Amino acid sequence: MKNKRENFLNKSSRRGFLKAAGISAAAIGIGAAPAIKAVSIASGGGDAVSNMPVTTPKAEVLKAKRWGMVIDTSKITDEVVEGVVAACRNAHNIPDFDHKPDEKKYPNTRPVNKTQEIKWIWEEHYKYAFPEMEDEFLADKFKSLPFLVTCNHCKNAPCVQACPTKATFKREDGIVIMDFHRCIGCRFCMAACPYGSRSFNFRDARPFIEKINPEFPVRSKGVVEKCNLCAERLERGLQPACVEASEGGIVVGDLEDPESEVRALLKENYAIRRKQELGTEPSVYYIM
Amino acid sequence: MLEIAIKGSKKYWIWLAVLLTVMAVAFAVYIDQFMNGLMITGMSRDVSWGFYIANFTFLVGVAAGGVMVVIPYYLHDYERFHRITILGEFLAVASLIMCLMFIVADLGQPVRMLNVLLYPTPNSMLFWDMCVLNGYLFLNIVIGWKVLEAERNQVKPPAWTKPLIYLSIPFAIGIHTVTAYLYCGLPGRGFWLTAILAPRFLASAFAAGPSFLILLCYLVRKFTKFDPGWEAIQTLSKIVCYALIANVFFFFCEVFVVFYSKIPGHMTHIQYLFFGLHGHNALVPWMWTSMILMFIGIGLLVVPAFRNNQTLLPFTCIMIFIGTWIDKSLGMISGGFVPNPLHHVTEYAPTVPEVVISLGVLATGLLILTVLFKLAATVKEEVRG
Repeated sequence: MKNKRENFLNKSSRRGFLKAAGISAAAIGIGAAPAIKAVSIASGGGDAVSNMPVTTPKAEVLKAKRWGMVIDTSKITDEVVEGVVAACRNAHNIPDFDHKPDEKKYPNTRPVNKTQEIKWIWEEHYKYAFPEMEDEFLADKFKSLPFLVTCNHCKNAPCVQACPTKATFKREDGIVIMDFHRCIGCRFCMAACPYGSRSFNFRDARPFIEKINPEFPVRSKGVVEKCNLCAERLERGLQPACVEASEGGIVVGDLEDPESEVRALLKENYAIRRKQELGTEPSVYYIM
Repeated sequence: MLEIAIKGSKKYWIWLAVLLTVMAVAFAVYIDQFMNGLMITGMSRDVSWGFYIANFTFLVGVAAGGVMVVIPYYLHDYERFHRITILGEFLAVASLIMCLMFIVADLGQPVRMLNVLLYPTPNSMLFWDMCVLNGYLFLNIVIGWKVLEAERNQVKPPAWTKPLIYLSIPFAIGIHTVTAYLYCGLPGRGFWLTAILAPRFLASAFAAGPSFLILLCYLVRKFTKFDPGWEAIQTLSKIVCYALIANVFFFFCEVFVVFYSKIPGHMTHIQYLFFGLHGHNALVPWMWTSMILMFIGIGLLVVPAFRNNQTLLPFTCIMIFIGTWIDKSLGMISGGFVPNPLHHVTEYAPTVPEVVISLGVLATGLLILTVLFKLAATVKEEVRG
C-alpha cells in the first residue's frame, strides 16, 4: 500500500492528483484517506505541509456525482451567519482586515483598504443576492433576512471558461476549484463571475490571520481565491465547515442522486437560484 | 540601420534622458508593487481591473489604427500614404509593446505569466488575445524593418514581405476584435454584454490611432527634414472624421437599446457613468468631457474649412485623442464594473503609484517610438537627399 501510494505521488502531477483524488477516490481505496489529505494540502501549497499531522482517523471519503448546496433561508439567523463566516474563515485561513496585525511579527504593516478584502461566504440582503428580482412589494420578512452567498459551483462556470491557464477548473464531481500555484493573477475570472464570488489577494494575507490553520494553505499575494466547497474536508469524510456551523441551515449533497438529502429538500420546498436566467446553472439553492 | 539611433542632436538626447528618468522612477514604484502586491493600486474586489487594463485596451486600438494607412496604401495603391505607412507600422509596434507591458504590470503573479503558454487554453479569450497581439507585433516589426531597409538600399522589399503585409490587415482587425471579446462575452456584466462592442472598439481605434498619427506627422515635420506630406495628413483627417462619427453613432445605438428596453442590469452602468448612481458620480464630469470633445472633434473635421486649417488640425486631433481615451479607458472599464453584479456601488480611482507606473510604460513606448521614427525619418532624408 505504501509503495503504491508513493508511486502515485511521484508519477502524477500535483494537480492531476488533486483532480484524481476528487474524481476517483475509490480507486485509491477508502483506507488511503490520509494520502488524499496529504496531497490535497500539498496541491494547495503554502507553508502548511511541514506542520501537517501524519495520521487522521479513518473516514469514508464523501463523494458525489455533482455536489450541490441547499440553504434553508428560514434557519439562517444573524448568529448562524456569524458562525458560518467564522468557521469558513478559520478553516481556510481567510484574512480578516479588522484583525490588528502583530507588530512584532509583522512590523510596519501598511493600512488596509477594506474594498480589497477576501470573502468566501458572506451575508447579503435579498435585493443584492437577487438584484434582478427586486420587488417593491416584497414580503417584509425577506427584506431584512440575511442571505448567505458564496461560489455557486456553476455547472456552466464562466470563470472556468475565462481562465487562461486552467488554474480554475471544474472537477468531475462539480466542484469548481483552483490551483493557487498556477494562477497568474490576471483576474479575468473575477470579471467573468456574475456573482462576485471571487476575491484577489491584493497583499500578503498572513498579518491578518489570527491563527493559521496548518491543514490548509495560506495563499500567496497575487492569486485569486474563492469557496472550494471544503473539498479538503470532503476528502476526509467531513462535512463542509459552513454546513457544520449552520445549525441545520445549510445542507450539502449529491444533486444527481435522487435519494440524497438535498434532493429531498428540493422536492418538498420551493427553492430559487441566483441569476438563473444567465444559464450558468448554479448548484446553490435557496429555500424560500 | 540601428546605428542611426545613436547619432542625434542635443534635443534628441535630452528627450531620451527625460523618458529614461520617468522610466527609472516608475520602475522603482513597480518594485514596490512587485514586492507588496497590487494593494498599492486603487483596484478592489468589485473593480478588479483598473488603469492598467484601461490603457491596455485603448492602446490596442492605437495599434490597430495603423491599419488605416496600410489598407489604402497596400490594397488600393494610394500613393500619398507611401511616406507615412512606415510611421503607422512603427506606431503599432510601440503601442503593442506598451500593451504587453500594461498586461504584465496588471498581473498578480507576473513571474508565472508563461503559464499561458505552458497550459494553452483555447476557451479563454485571453489566450487568443495573447496570440493575436504577439502575432501583430511580430508582423509589424518584420514588415516595418524590411521595408525601411529596402528603401535605404534603394531596392524593392523582399517578395515574402507582401503576404505578411496582407496578413497584418486581418491581424489588426483581430487584435481589437479579440480585445473586445474579452469583455463582451461575460454573462454578468450588462455594460459590456453587447454585440456592438467590437465594432465600437474598432471605430474608436480608427479615430484615435490616425489622429495620433497626424500629431506625430506634425512632430516629424517640425523636428526632422522629412515631410510626411500635407495631402496624406488631409486624407488621414477624413478617416478620423468618419471613424469618430461611427464611434459616436454606435454609442447612441447602444444607448437606444439600453434605455428603450429599460432592462435595469444594462441601464445602471450608463446611468452611473453619465449621471451618477446612488450618490456616486466620480466619472460624470469625465464622461461629459469625453462626449463634448468628440462632438467638437466631429464638428471641426466635418467642415472642410476647419479640417483643412493647418494650425487648427493638431488641436482637433488632441481633443479627439483625449475624448476617445476617456471613452474607452476610464469609462469602458469602470462602467463595466460599477455597479458590481450584486448592484453594490464601489467606485474606482487610480492611485498615484498606479499612475506613475502607467507613465513609466508610456515613457517606454515613447522611447521606442522616438527611436523608430528617427530611423524612418533619417532613412527617408538620406534617400531623398
